[in-house]
Amino acid sequence: MMSGSTILFYLLAALTLACGLLSVTTRHIFRAAIYVLFALIGIAGLYFWMEYEFIAAVQIVVYVGGIIVLIIFSIFLTQQAGEKLAKPALNRQLFSALAVFCGFALTLLQVFQHEFKAGAEPALAPTVANIGNSMLNISESGYALPFEVISLLLLAALVGCIVIALRSKPETK
Amino acid sequence: MMEPGLYHILFISAALFFIGIYGFFTRRNLITMLMSTELILNSVNLNFIAFNKYLWPGKMDGLFFTVFVIAIAAAEAAVGIAIIINLYRSHQSIDVASAEDLKY
Repeated sequence: MMSGSTILFYLLAALTLACGLLSVTTRHIFRAAIYVLFALIGIAGLYFWMEYEFIAAVQIVVYVGGIIVLIIFSIFLTQQAGEKLAKPALNRQLFSALAVFCGFALTLLQVFQHEFKAGAEPALAPTVANIGNSMLNISESGYALPFEVISLLLLAALVGCIVIALRSKPETK
Repeated sequence: MMEPGLYHILFISAALFFIGIYGFFTRRNLITMLMSTELILNSVNLNFIAFNKYLWPGKMDGLFFTVFVIAIAAAEAAVGIAIIINLYRSHQSIDVASAEDLKY
């Protein structure tokens, strides 16, 4: 008899993989975006299942609320209504599937042959207080420097987007 | 059917990674290729969290890698979509073949 947690895990795994597979095979681009949305929600559910609530919340806020909405807007801006995606050539489909299958088999072979050894340190619960403490910590185990670098990267991306979006403006004047 | 553990998560992550690779190989539309990239990045995040939980529960390195990967993915998606929309404005198409003269 399976416990509720196990059943939940398999349901989330099935949701993630089924939606991921549908999103790369459907020929409607809008449906592809919605399937990616549900695959990302499934992954957020797996984070909840592993009791990493903070990461699950970040996943939902940034991916589902940010990136997918951005992708859907760009689909509205660039796609004609009711237009289907071109069907990929059969030999490209075939060889991609072959390459993917070989890579998948090789990866699984390596993973299941390897014996993973767990660390012996006492567990540190991933609570928001612990995460905040080590994110802004400047000691050896802290992440203050990457945090600042990421903030610079986000600023650079912000400026870059504005520059790309503005490029064609001066010619029209 | 046994109790799910590290190997189950690694299987899901590997499957999702190769689903993303398949989409990246077969699609010729830049937005769907971007979506495949998001799937690949998410499978990597799942790996980081699983290793953090099952192998190094005393540290939070995997968790921080995931946070930073999510931040970089957001920046990448924003810049990528800005480029795609700009490309659509000049070429009326977001097929990957129309991005050939992006370098000029």
